[in-house]
Amino acid sequence: MTTDPAPAPQRKKRNFALLSSRAGAAFLTPAGILVSVFVIFPFFWVIFVSFTNRTLIGRTALNPEFVGFANYLALFDPATFFQRGQFGFSLILTTQFVLASALIGQALLGLLLAWLIQTVPPTIKRITETFVIAAWILPEVVIGFAWFAFLDRDQGTLNMLLESVGLPPGDFLLDQPFWVIVVFNTWRGAAFSMMLFNSAFSSIPPSYFQAADVAGASSWQKFRDIGLPLIRGHIVTDLILITMWTFNTFTPFLLTNGGPSYRTELVSIYNYRVAFQDFQFGKGAAVGVIMMLINLAFALVYLSLGRKKAPKS
Amino acid sequence: MKLTIPAFVGRIAFSALAALLGAVFALPLLWFLFAPFNARAELGLAVPEPWTLQNFVTVFGNSYAVQALWNSFIQAIGGVILIGAAATLAAYALSRSSIPGKGAVTYILLLFSSVVSGSAAMVPIFLIISAAGLMDTHIAVILTFAGGLLPTAMFILRDFIDSIPKSYEESAMVAGASPVQAFFDVALPVIRPGIVVIVVWSFVNIWGSFLIPFILLRSDRNMPASVAIYSFYSEAGTPIVTLLAAYSLIYSLPVIALYLFVSWKFGFRFFGGIKA
Repeated sequence: MTTDPAPAPQRKKRNFALLSSRAGAAFLTPAGILVSVFVIFPFFWVIFVSFTNRTLIGRTALNPEFVGFANYLALFDPATFFQRGQFGFSLILTTQFVLASALIGQALLGLLLAWLIQTVPPTIKRITETFVIAAWILPEVVIGFAWFAFLDRDQGTLNMLLESVGLPPGDFLLDQPFWVIVVFNTWRGAAFSMMLFNSAFSSIPPSYFQAADVAGASSWQKFRDIGLPLIRGHIVTDLILITMWTFNTFTPFLLTNGGPSYRTELVSIYNYRVAFQDFQFGKGAAVGVIMMLINLAFALVYLSLGRKKAPKS
Repeated sequence: MKLTIPAFVGRIAFSALAALLGAVFALPLLWFLFAPFNARAELGLAVPEPWTLQNFVTVFGNSYAVQALWNSFIQAIGGVILIGAAATLAAYALSRSSIPGKGAVTYILLLFSSVVSGSAAMVPIFLIISAAGLMDTHIAVILTFAGGLLPTAMFILRDFIDSIPKSYEESAMVAGASPVQAFFDVALPVIRPGIVVIVVWSFVNIWGSFLIPFILLRSDRNMPASVAIYSFYSEAGTPIVTLLAAYSLIYSLPVIALYLFVSWKFGFRFFGGIKA
C-alpha cells in the first residue's frame, strides 16, 4: 500500500552508490525548486502576511502595513467569537463536521463495507464497490451538482423516495444544511476507508478465520476477536488521514456555498470568504496559519506512528 | 463445508445489506444516467422519452464549453508532464544516490506536503502567482499543482524504485554504462509502471480540481471545465439542467476511463491508496 508514507528504514551504508552525489543533486533540482516555491515558501509567507493588513484591492494591496497580532486578535475576539459567520463558529462547526462525517461516518461505514464485501457473492461485491468508488473518484463539481439535484425540494430523487414510502418531504439544504454536508462527505469519502480496511482484512491469513469457523464463531465474533485487533494499526492510519482531508476539504462549498446564513461555513470556506470575498488578505492569512498549525499537529502524530513501526501493508 | 440454516440466513442478510448500501451510494448518481439523454430533463428522476443526444449537440455547439474542456486538458497534461518528469528524477535520486541528509529531506517534504493544503494556503499561493505576474494563465495552475502534488508523487515513486533490485543498473554499469545511461536505458523502462500510476493520479487530481483554478484564473478564455460549468446557469441563477447534465457526463468521462484503465491494469486496490 502506498498510503504509508513512513520513511524507509535507513539502509545499511554502502560504499558504492549508483548515482554520484552530484548527479543526485541535479536529479533533485527540478522537484526541489517547484516544491520550495509552491509548498515550503507559502508556509512561511503566509505567516508573514498574517501580521499585515494586506488587502486584495486598494492602498494596502500595494503597501501593506505591519499590524502585529491584530488579525489574530480579531479572529479570537471573545465578543464575536461564537457568532455565526465568525471564526469560532466556523472552527466548532468544522470540528463537529470532522467528528460526524469522518471519524464516525466514513470510518464506520468503510469498516462495515470492507467487512461485508469479504463474504458476499462476487457480483454484489463488485456492484457495491463500483458505486462506492464512483462516489469518490468523480470530479467534485459533478458530485456537488448531483447532490443538488438529488436534494431538490420539488423534484429531487430523495423527496420522491420519501413520498413514495409515505414520509414527509423536506427542503434539506435549507432546513438541515449541516447534516446534509455530513452525509454528503460520508458518502463521498467512505471509499478510501473501505479500500484501506479491505486490503488490511485481506492481509490476515485465511487460516485464522477457518479456525474460527471450525470453532463455530459468528461473523460478529470473528470481526471483534480476529479482524478488528489485527487491523488496529490501519485504523489509526485511516483515522488520521481522513481527519486531515476532511478538515481541509472545500467540496461542501460546491453544494451549499457555505450557507444558508453561514450554517455550513467550514474553516476552508471561511478562509475563502475572508480573503477573496471580503478581500482581507491579512486576516485570511491568519486563518491559513491556524489551519496549518492544526494540520501540523496531525501530521506530526501521523509521521511519528510511521516511524515507530514502518508497517508494510 | 455444509452450511447450517442460521449461517445461510446470515449470508443472505449480509448480501442484502451490502446490496442496500450499494444502492444508497448509487442513488445520488442515478440521475446522471438519464438526464444527459433527456432533452427536457429537470432535477427530477425521469426516464428520457425519447432518448436523445440533443443535449450533447448543444454542448459541443457552445464554443465556451468546448474551450473549457480543452483548458482542463492543457492544465492537466501540463501538470502531469512536469510532475512525471520531476518526480521520476527526484525519486530516483532519493532511492539510488548517497546524498547526505536524504532521510531529513524526505521527512521535511512529507511534513510540509500534509501541512500546506490548498485551502490553507490559498492566500500565499495567490500572492506568489500574482507577484510572478502569472495571474490568469495556464502556467499558474500547472506550476501550483506541480508543486503541490510532487511530494506525494515522489514518495509513491521512491517506494516503487526501492522495491526494484539495484542489480539491473549495476550490471549495466559493469558492462560500461555511465550512471546517467543506466538511468535512462535500464532503470526508466523498469519503473515505467510506477510512473504510469503517478501520471494517472496527478491527471485525475488536476482535472477534477476546483479551488485552485477558481482563485487563480479570471477570464473565460482560461477557465477549466470545473469552473466553467457554473456558466450553465440562467440570468436568474437557476441551472440549465439539460446542458449541465450532459456537460458533467462529458467532463467525468476521462476520469472514469482512467479509473477503468488502472483497475484493469493494476487492480483498483492500488489506485485506492493513492488519491490525495
